[in-house]
Amino acid sequence: MRDAGVRLLRNRAAVVSGFVLAVIAAACVLVPWFAPWPLDAVDWSAIQAPPSADHWFGTDGNGRDLFVRIFYGGRISLTLGLAATLVAVVIGVAWGATAGYVGGTIDGLMMRTVDVLYALPFIFFVILLMVFFGRDVVLMFVALGAVSWLDMARIVRGQTLSLKRQEFVRAAHAMGLRPVAVVARHIVPNLLGPVAVFATLTVPRVILFESLLSFLGLGVQEPMTSWGVLISEGASAMESAPWMLLFPAVFLATTLFALNFIGDGLRDALDPRDH
Amino acid sequence: MFAYTLRRLAGAVPTVFVIIAIAFFMIRLAPGGPFDQERSVPPEIQANLDRAYHLDEPLVQQFLRYLGDILTGDFGPSFRYKDFTVTELVAEGFPVSLKLGLAAMVIAVVVGFAAGAYAALRRNSGFDAATMTLAMTGIAVPNFVIAPLLTLTLGVWLALLPVGGWGSFDQAILPVVALALPEIAYIARLTRGSMLEVLRADFVRTARAKGLSERAMVLRHALQAAALPVLSFLGPTTAAVITGSVVIEQIFGIPGIGRYFVQGALNRDYTLVMGVVIFYAAVIIAFNLLVDLLYPLLDPRVRHD
Repeated sequence: MRDAGVRLLRNRAAVVSGFVLAVIAAACVLVPWFAPWPLDAVDWSAIQAPPSADHWFGTDGNGRDLFVRIFYGGRISLTLGLAATLVAVVIGVAWGATAGYVGGTIDGLMMRTVDVLYALPFIFFVILLMVFFGRDVVLMFVALGAVSWLDMARIVRGQTLSLKRQEFVRAAHAMGLRPVAVVARHIVPNLLGPVAVFATLTVPRVILFESLLSFLGLGVQEPMTSWGVLISEGASAMESAPWMLLFPAVFLATTLFALNFIGDGLRDALDPRDH
Repeated sequence: MFAYTLRRLAGAVPTVFVIIAIAFFMIRLAPGGPFDQERSVPPEIQANLDRAYHLDEPLVQQFLRYLGDILTGDFGPSFRYKDFTVTELVAEGFPVSLKLGLAAMVIAVVVGFAAGAYAALRRNSGFDAATMTLAMTGIAVPNFVIAPLLTLTLGVWLALLPVGGWGSFDQAILPVVALALPEIAYIARLTRGSMLEVLRADFVRTARAKGLSERAMVLRHALQAAALPVLSFLGPTTAAVITGSVVIEQIFGIPGIGRYFVQGALNRDYTLVMGVVIFYAAVIIAFNLLVDLLYPLLDPRVRHD
């Protein structure tokens, strides 16, 4: 494990990405606190104004400060990404570990379910869900989490199958530990590596998904905002106010970039044979 | 081969059934109906409307009726576009979406495969580094960001290409490129990885040892082997291109089925949304099957018995 840490720290792209991500996350927490403009304050003297000393990233069509709105939006996007990933990890690990450990018919049934769900065009179901059950932020992260656990379940099951045959698990079993305890104490802790890698790569996917929904007008609603909403507003005003598109696009892209690099770095560090 | 095809088709039945069931009950259980946005009508007329569309029957009966209709190829009338059936709307939009999607896939496969293979052959060169950085960009930056950025730079600032619409070749360039870019990125990365592996394989060493030129070795042996993972990636690519085209069609105002889907969902056009979901699912399943059937032709080690 320590070797993995050292290898990760030697990966320059991953370290820089971690740093950039930390800065963006910190700004999302701090900027809304200290900003001179609240989220929905209208500056009547600067409607759709280009970047200036007062408004560093310019303002939108309602005269609202874009610098402040981007970090408010970042809060939503990052929180949703993390929360939905957490949902996916919990469901995926529980499902995969159970299927792999119990085996037999139950395993077959559980994985067959995953196969069927896998073939569903999920984006459509999330869109339907958002349209028909209202654009609720909590519902959205549950929905995003619920569609992201399938890969996790497959990976975890595979790992569990190979762990199950190892001596320390058989020993725990022979000592009379109940199956639930074996899974919780011996299987799950040993799954941490692949789960961490996959979780890191799930966060950007969820953020992307959220932005896509918000972009289509189905996600986060006014007065709240997210990067997807800002990009959507920017895209419709890009001819007269390109800054409204460029700034949020840069933040979304940088964040997704950083998360992907960290995920790749983590995978290389934990599994050096592969690369 | 024939038995395998049949078995796969039979295996697709439960999947399609689950898709239809989830979509059907999710739509029906949601609050709001297809006729909510119109003026409030007298209860008698409402009852007539409900009866005409069988909305007054118990839900399970409606579901069975719908299943029966589908089996005869009848996807029902659109609730919103009053004079059209769902089949007509899908038939009208599909050729457009198909052109858009196929063009994007062909470009993605050709460009992605060529770039990835060349990057692997020139490992650690400037080209390799540049390709992989670009590929990372393509993966990290979603196409609904790429599309407006391309429009802004090439369409608005440089005024080289039209920014929307559909019909002429010029108008197709931006949407096809925007749709293809993320897939180019994935395929390039995949190809580079598999090519590097192939170049270390025994049969490549043999080919070199028997005196084959590097060029002949690559063209005759390595490329074919490196293409296999790309082929199996075509299934997920189709799904991604279809999803992407929903967004791209919205952005560029292209009259394909993706646009019908979002509009249909917003209008609660039950039958249209159901029809589009089933259609997309069928396309994805069919494409996955096609890929699996093609696989043994390229890789004799794989057999479907």
